[in-house]
Amino acid sequence: MPERVYLDNSATTPVAPEVLAAMRPYFNSAYGNASSLHEFGREARHAVEESRAAIALHLRVLPEEIVFTSGATEADNLAILGSAYARGRTGGHVVSSTIEHHAVLHSVEWLTSHGFAATLVDVDAAGRVDPDHIRAALRKDTFLVSIIAGSNEIGTLEPIAEIGSLCRERGIAFHTDAVQAFGKIDLPTESVDLLSASAHKLHGPKGVGLLVVRKKTRLSPMMHGGGHERGRRSGTENVPGIVGFAAATRLAAQERGEVVARMRSFRARLIEGVASIPGTRLNGHPTDSLPHIANFSFQGIEGESLVMRLDEHGIATSTGSACSSPDLEPSHVLVAIGVPLSMAHGSLRISTGRQTTSADIDRLLDVLPRVVRDLRALSPFKVGE
Amino acid sequence: MYTERVMEHFRHPHNMGKLADYSAIGKVGNIVCGDVMWLYIRVEKDAQDRDVIADISWETFGCTAAIATSSMVSDLARGKTLEEAIAITNQDVAHELGGLPPVKMHCSALAADALNEAIYNYLSDQKRDVPDVLRRRHERVEKDVAALDKRYKAFLDREQAKESPPAPGESRCS
Repeated sequence: MPERVYLDNSATTPVAPEVLAAMRPYFNSAYGNASSLHEFGREARHAVEESRAAIALHLRVLPEEIVFTSGATEADNLAILGSAYARGRTGGHVVSSTIEHHAVLHSVEWLTSHGFAATLVDVDAAGRVDPDHIRAALRKDTFLVSIIAGSNEIGTLEPIAEIGSLCRERGIAFHTDAVQAFGKIDLPTESVDLLSASAHKLHGPKGVGLLVVRKKTRLSPMMHGGGHERGRRSGTENVPGIVGFAAATRLAAQERGEVVARMRSFRARLIEGVASIPGTRLNGHPTDSLPHIANFSFQGIEGESLVMRLDEHGIATSTGSACSSPDLEPSHVLVAIGVPLSMAHGSLRISTGRQTTSADIDRLLDVLPRVVRDLRALSPFKVGE
Repeated sequence: MYTERVMEHFRHPHNMGKLADYSAIGKVGNIVCGDVMWLYIRVEKDAQDRDVIADISWETFGCTAAIATSSMVSDLARGKTLEEAIAITNQDVAHELGGLPPVKMHCSALAADALNEAIYNYLSDQKRDVPDVLRRRHERVEKDVAALDKRYKAFLDREQAKESPPAPGESRCS
C-alpha cells in the first residue's frame, strides 16, 4: 500500500510539528490554571494572554476583543444566540444565507422556534450572496446578519466587507463564520462585529476556537460560571489549546504567501483534471474561492461510494451526498446552488493543507478517473450515451 | 462502520452489469434519495420443470451498502427457484453481509425489493398467478415510491424548473 494521501483538510488538519512543540509544556510542565494566583497560574495566564495578543495582531483587532471557546460551533452559537439574548426580550429578526454551516443554520433555526424571526437569503449558482439581497431582507427589527466568509463545502468567497459595511451603516451586528477562511485570506475585521474561527482547520489542535467580539457589540454569555474571558465565556481556559491556536496562526501568517500559492495551483490542476472526465461539474466559483477547497459532481455515481473507493486507494476525501449524512438528505449547500439532485448525490470535496504535495494531487488525478469509470460501470445511468 | 464482508462485495461486486437476454427487470429506488437499483433476471426451466433464476445481474447507483447488497442479493438468488427467491428477505441480505449500519438497512430492503419486483414483473408478463406475498410487497414498493415523490416534491419541482435537461433517470421521478 503506498503512503496515504489526505485531501480532507476542510474537515480537519494534522497539527503542525511547530504547533505541537509550542503546546507540549502546557500539558505537564506549565500546567497551572490561568486563574490561579501562584506562579503556575501566572505562567498559564501569561501564555494565554500572549496567545490572545498574537491572534489579535493577526486579525487586526484588540486582544480583549477575542473570546476563546471550545471550537467554532460554540463560537457560532455564542454569536447568534448571544446576540439574541442580549436584546433582553424575545423577538427580532436575523438574516443569514442558505449555504451557512449547520452551526449557524441550526442556531438560527432554533431562534425561529423560540419567538424570533429569520430570513435566509438565496445564493447564485456559484454560491455567492448578493449584498443587495441582504439589504432587501433587512427589517426594522433586524438585529443580526450572519454570512459565512468562505464556504466550507464549495469554497466560494462571500462579499463580507460589503455586507459588513451595509450592516454597520444601519447599526445591525454582523457575524461571519470565518472557519475556513481564517489564515488563508485577509479578513475585513474592520467591517465585522463578530467572527468565528477554529484552530484545527489550520494545523492547530481540536477543541479550541474563538469568537471575535468587537467593542460595543452586545452579547450575552452562554456559558455561566467563573467569569472567564471577561465574563463572556466562563470555563477554565484550554491553555495548551490556546497556545496551539496562536502557534498555528503565527505559522499560517508566516507561510501564507507560499502555502496559498501552492494551494491555488493545486486547485487549478484539480479543476483541469476533473474537467477532462466526462459528466462532471465544478460546484462553486472557479476563481473567487478559498484556495484549498474544490468541490465536484460526477454524473451517474454516488458520492459515498466514490469516497469509499478512493479510500480503498488510500486517498481521503469527503462528499455532500445524502448517503454520507445521518439524515440521508443531500448537502443543503449543493441544493442551494441548484446542483441537480442526481449530481448533488455524486459530489466530492477535495481540500488541501500545508502538507499537501504535488505528488498527492498526481495520485488523486491518476486514481480518480479509474474509480469514476469503475463505479459508472455499476450504475444504471450511463454517461455520454 | 462497514463489515469486511460488505467491503469485499463493494470492492469486487458479483454479477454486475446488464444481462443481454433477461426475462424481467426489477427497478427500485429513487434518484432523489440517492439509491437506484435495477435487477435483471433470466428465468429458465430446470430438469424438474421448475422456474429457476438461471442468470441474474444488476446495475446500481448508490452508496457502498447499496452496491454490496446488490451483489449479495444476486448471489443469494442465483440458481434458486422463483419460490425460493421470493422467500429471500432484506434480513437475509443484511445477515449474509455480517450486518449493516442501522442507517443503511434501507439498502438491504432495496435489494430485496428489486428481486421481488423482478419476479413480480416476470410473472405478470407471463400472465401467471402472482403469489399474494409478492403482490403485497409490490404494492408496498409502489406506495413507498409515491411517498418519496410526495416527500421530495419541493426538490422535484425545482429540478423540473431548471433549464438544463434532466440527468439520466430523473425523468422517472416526474
